Amino acid sequence: MQPLFEFLLRQGDNALVLGHRTSEWCGTAPALEEDIALTNTALDLIGQTQLWLGYAAEVEGADRSANDLAYLRDVHDFRNLLMLEVPNEDFGRTLMRQFLFDAFQVPWLTALQTSADPRVAEIAAKSLKEATYHLDRSAETVIALGDGTADSNARMQATLDYLWPYVGEIFVDDDTDQTMADALIAPLPSSMRPVWAATIEETAKAACLSLPESDFAHHGGRSGVRHTEHLGHMLATMQVLQRSYPGAVW
Amino acid sequence: MYAQMVKSTGKGLVAREDMSPEDCAFQDRIDAGEKIEPRDYMPDGYRRNLIRQIGQHAHSEIVGQLPEGNWITRAPTLERKANLLAKVQDEAGHGLYLYCAAETLGVSRDEMTEMLLDGRMKYSSIFNYPTLTWADMGAVGWLVDGAAIMNQVPLQRTSYGPYARAMVRICKEESFHQRQGFHIMMAMVNGTADQKRMAQDALNRFWYPALMMFGPSDKDSVHSAQSMAWRIKVNTNDELRQKFVDETVPQAEYLGLTIPDAHLHWNDETEHYDFTEPDWDEFFDVISGNGPCNVDRLNARKTAWDDGAWVREAMMAHAEKKAARKQAAE
Amino acid sequence: MSVKEWPLWEVFIRGQHGMSHRHVGSLHAVDAKHAIKNARDVYTRRNEGVSIWVVEAAHIAASSPSEKGPMYDPARDKVYRHPTFYDIPDDVGKM
Repeated sequence: MQPLFEFLLRQGDNALVLGHRTSEWCGTAPALEEDIALTNTALDLIGQTQLWLGYAAEVEGADRSANDLAYLRDVHDFRNLLMLEVPNEDFGRTLMRQFLFDAFQVPWLTALQTSADPRVAEIAAKSLKEATYHLDRSAETVIALGDGTADSNARMQATLDYLWPYVGEIFVDDDTDQTMADALIAPLPSSMRPVWAATIEETAKAACLSLPESDFAHHGGRSGVRHTEHLGHMLATMQVLQRSYPGAVW
Repeated sequence: MYAQMVKSTGKGLVAREDMSPEDCAFQDRIDAGEKIEPRDYMPDGYRRNLIRQIGQHAHSEIVGQLPEGNWITRAPTLERKANLLAKVQDEAGHGLYLYCAAETLGVSRDEMTEMLLDGRMKYSSIFNYPTLTWADMGAVGWLVDGAAIMNQVPLQRTSYGPYARAMVRICKEESFHQRQGFHIMMAMVNGTADQKRMAQDALNRFWYPALMMFGPSDKDSVHSAQSMAWRIKVNTNDELRQKFVDETVPQAEYLGLTIPDAHLHWNDETEHYDFTEPDWDEFFDVISGNGPCNVDRLNARKTAWDDGAWVREAMMAHAEKKAARKQAAE
Repeated sequence: MSVKEWPLWEVFIRGQHGMSHRHVGSLHAVDAKHAIKNARDVYTRRNEGVSIWVVEAAHIAASSPSEKGPMYDPARDKVYRHPTFYDIPDDVGKM
């Protein structure tokens, strides 16, 4: 697989998978205002998916569209972070995951704005505005839920403990990352860790949560080597019409 | 029609000679086309009826998120997913605007939610029907939103200011909803044989439930007269139903779909379509809790409400702590 | 479980074109910061504004409807405050 195509799939699949998870909330959030806000996030992510996968399809040059990439690939071809495909579970996990991801996305997209690939820079600039608001909102919510009540604090600590083994994957550099870095298309993900960690520490402190000590990290999502079982179920739902009625136009 | 079974609390239309001087003056204001505002004098019956009507309308928006929400995760393309999400999100927004309008009458949103969940308040019968195929997203947008718009446009002129203003905003936003549905239907009827079959099946299942949305015939509605005198209802149920049929039949013809009514025909004398009334026994079954999805819909709302309680409580507690810390620091 | 309800806030939005902030509706939020974010998510989805004000509904002071007569009727006959009150011959030109 071409490194640039691989890189673009990683960006697009992150947005696709998280956007899908977020869209599952529509109509069932704890308050109407939160319902509407989560849907705004989902819509931003679907928009980003269209841009990243649209460009990926062009780069691939195999006459596929963004929709083909989203709806006609199977689990082993997906390149999203494992953290983004685990189920929503509850509002706390959904917002904690969003926060852990946003805290990476903001510095990451900031750096991509100066990518040597102008299309990457352009998509990053548009996405960064959205991610900045997402981070603002998700960080505030994590703080509120962590600080709120004894019950909410316990829930948020448990959810942070659950997600923690998945965050390390964000920062594991591989050959694709090195190729992108050499071509000045993107920095190495590992270089984002200090600024990400600072955000996480500051927010966790305000949220009265303690960061787990272990630095064990699951991986296999970005590389496509081994996803969780959850992704297959997500795709079974998401792709059902495209798979059941091949070639139909919707 | 999102408030299709609002029972007035009075005994029908009150005659002027039976009104108190305040109520007479109130009726004069309405007859002069003035808007009634939250702090103005209003008869108890007017207030109670409005709370029920606006509340029922708001609940319908919120419960109405569920049948379409059912297909968000299965939308067939990224574009369709975004369109549908934006539409269902608007419904949450419309519920929010309407709850706020009702709150100006002295009832809180949480109180209204509790009344929905324990069955004291109702929502529109239409949302108790299942959405079974993607074509249902087309049919719901085209027919259900089409019927809703027909009812909501005149409500922009309703006598209660906050309700009228909410309706103005809602109508402005809703204009894309029906088109979104019709657009899906167009793709389906121009698609494969399977897709055409799905489109016809969706129309078959949603036609009569859509007609029921306008509520029972006016001759069976003892409360319409008072609501119309108060201008919280602007057109009769039958007028709106006829208008809906007249507008929808040519649209179905354009799509090449058949309205499931063998007696449907244009009447040269009345210059309207004659059509078969929906099965009102089915309607009353659905209203009284025996529709195909009543139990599931309410359970879904209850689960969402109960599961969200810890979040609502924690966020409030955090804000109070923060305010207290700030005060202590000053 | 009965949870304390989030307070009600009134939302005012200023659009792109230099008009004043205008009341657009209400929402619930736990504090001012949350209310501004919620207002952004609820009331600017269609690019309606570039500035948001929120105020807790309980903090709004309002005139009383029963004082309507004394409050507003006295301004009715002061027609000399409007430009059309003054007849100026057309020959004078634009004024």
